[in-house]
Amino acid sequence: MILKKRIPVIDQGNRLGFWGGKFGGNFVPETLKKPIEDLETLFNKLKKDKNFINERDKYFKNWVGTPTRFIKLENLTNYVGGAQIWSKVVSDANGGAHKIYNATVHCLLAKRSGKKIICGDTGAGYAGKMLSMAAKKFGLKCKIFMGAKDIKRQQPNVRAIKKNGAEVIPVYSGSQTLVDAVSECMRFWVANCDTTAMCVGSTVGPAVFVRICGWSTSQISRELKVQLIDEFGSIPKKLKLYNCVGGGSSSFGFWNEFMDYDKRQCEFIGVEAGGPKKSKKHAAPLTYGSKIGILHGAAQYVNQNSDGQIEETESISAGLDYPGISPLHCFLKDTKRARYTAASDEDALWAYKMVTKYEKLKPSLEPSHAFSVAIKESKRFSKDTIVVVNSCGDAYKDRGILQKKLGKKYVKSN
Amino acid sequence: MLNPISEAFEKAKQENRPALLTYTVAGDSTKKQSLEILKSISKNADILELGVPHNTPVADGSQIQTSSYRAIKNGIKINSIFQIVKDFKKLNKNKPIILMGYYNMIFQYDENKFLHKCKISGVNGLIIVDLPWPENKEFAKKCKKNSIVFIQLLSPTTTNKRLNKIIKDSQQMNYFISMLSTTGGKLKVSPKQILKNYKKIKKINPKKKVVIGFGITKKTIGKLKSADGLVVGSAICKEITRSLKSRQNPVTNVSKLVKNLKNKIL
Repeated sequence: MILKKRIPVIDQGNRLGFWGGKFGGNFVPETLKKPIEDLETLFNKLKKDKNFINERDKYFKNWVGTPTRFIKLENLTNYVGGAQIWSKVVSDANGGAHKIYNATVHCLLAKRSGKKIICGDTGAGYAGKMLSMAAKKFGLKCKIFMGAKDIKRQQPNVRAIKKNGAEVIPVYSGSQTLVDAVSECMRFWVANCDTTAMCVGSTVGPAVFVRICGWSTSQISRELKVQLIDEFGSIPKKLKLYNCVGGGSSSFGFWNEFMDYDKRQCEFIGVEAGGPKKSKKHAAPLTYGSKIGILHGAAQYVNQNSDGQIEETESISAGLDYPGISPLHCFLKDTKRARYTAASDEDALWAYKMVTKYEKLKPSLEPSHAFSVAIKESKRFSKDTIVVVNSCGDAYKDRGILQKKLGKKYVKSN
Repeated sequence: MLNPISEAFEKAKQENRPALLTYTVAGDSTKKQSLEILKSISKNADILELGVPHNTPVADGSQIQTSSYRAIKNGIKINSIFQIVKDFKKLNKNKPIILMGYYNMIFQYDENKFLHKCKISGVNGLIIVDLPWPENKEFAKKCKKNSIVFIQLLSPTTTNKRLNKIIKDSQQMNYFISMLSTTGGKLKVSPKQILKNYKKIKKINPKKKVVIGFGITKKTIGKLKSADGLVVGSAICKEITRSLKSRQNPVTNVSKLVKNLKNKIL
């Protein structure tokens, strides 16, 4: 399996949409073949269209807010005493997370295709919140599918979705989390694909959705590249990019522009959700060697039993609580371009405490997973190593969980 | 010798009616009960579709999901599904059985091993919901080699160009999805419109049998009886759920329902 240079990773799939010949594809019901093909044609055309790219950039700049900050975590660096620790504060983006990029692009595509309704899935509620914001902005009706368990644990985002005028559809099947929300959203699309556009909330799903999402979130690394050069004069010789990985949209976007650099210069570290320390359940298919299988239309490493039933996951972070992983990350793992590891619920909470103790930054539980590994590994790196952690979400949505787990003082100033 | 699937269509044609295809989920609500249901409905059904339950079904509505979750919860495994087929075929060798499911189950089992098991247990055909054409070309060929009919799905969204290609590659039976819906949705297009689409498909190659499924119930089945075959699934799953809830015997209730459906197409 070979990762090619000078070709965007999203375009390295084969004719049937498989990366490395085996990840991704289109395992979809016949009914969705046509709408997916239409979307593919539209996307392939528009991603080369200067007017469309200008339009995207205009909204990214004036509405999403670019660039998001790139800051040095001075106190944390001093405390750790190893590598320089920096953060790309993607949670600066309108709405408080990276999900806004994909949502904006999907709404722009929906407008071009003449669809009046857009549906989407959400776990942590960010994908849903951002899609509802973008839908409102572009005058589309919006339906958000969300697991009943996630609705309970991510109330601030649920309220935001409703405030934006979108309908929240609770999903009661299975584990009542993200995996079921994606299934239900796809089912809704099967039945309504003539009038409705679908936005898959991460770099998962049938190949075209993986590509659109990766293309959208790559804004993060485009900005970072400029910011790194501004700060250091060139891309640092020892650069390590840490990112949490659930479906894999923020990490892919955080890394994409650096893909062609040698991994000894730009290393990518993906941090999956290991779940509670005492539990056997996890959401880390790459770290724990899950077998390849089909989930939501794509071949990927996925938690499953020997019969092929998808297994339940467990994580404190709703946004990472997904049994599968983007085909792009399976590809990056097997070509050894990226390294993957896991952090437990406890690790993430510890990292949240560390970051908030030393810095004016409140990463949500998802990026706290990445911070935990970055902080631990930074200790043994030289001082000229530049560690950058993508703080891709804001902790506001997690205040209920944080208060319960850590006590009031950690959410007070939120 | 004709494949039992072709025989079933021939028999129905001679009786001047469409073939009746039923869909039940293997292991719903238990392995034993689902075998009993198959036995009792086989008197009136021409072809038995047996669902391989999967826990992330992207094309199934709530009725079939309920049945699937129930079967999985009660411990159904692929090997026990083959056992159900085997046990049924011991009593009724010529009644065709089609397994219907999602590709991951076959992928995990291994395609070749799965087809071998199908063959020795007596499975006659396969419908794989999320393995569309052209992705299914290789697997469909393997099925044919093993004398198992790979049934292609066709939908109202399938373009004419695509219809032609799929039908050209298809075997003796295809499955037309009546409308844009998951299984068991309320029929949102008129039977007249469905039959119009059906005729368009038949015209491409009149020799190939086309069955219509999705949203067919006692109320609608009679209006579609000019088709080669009609599939009823969710309505049966619903009846199983209802029976269990009201502590009645699902076997007799489902049997009655299927008899009733048959009467509507005679």
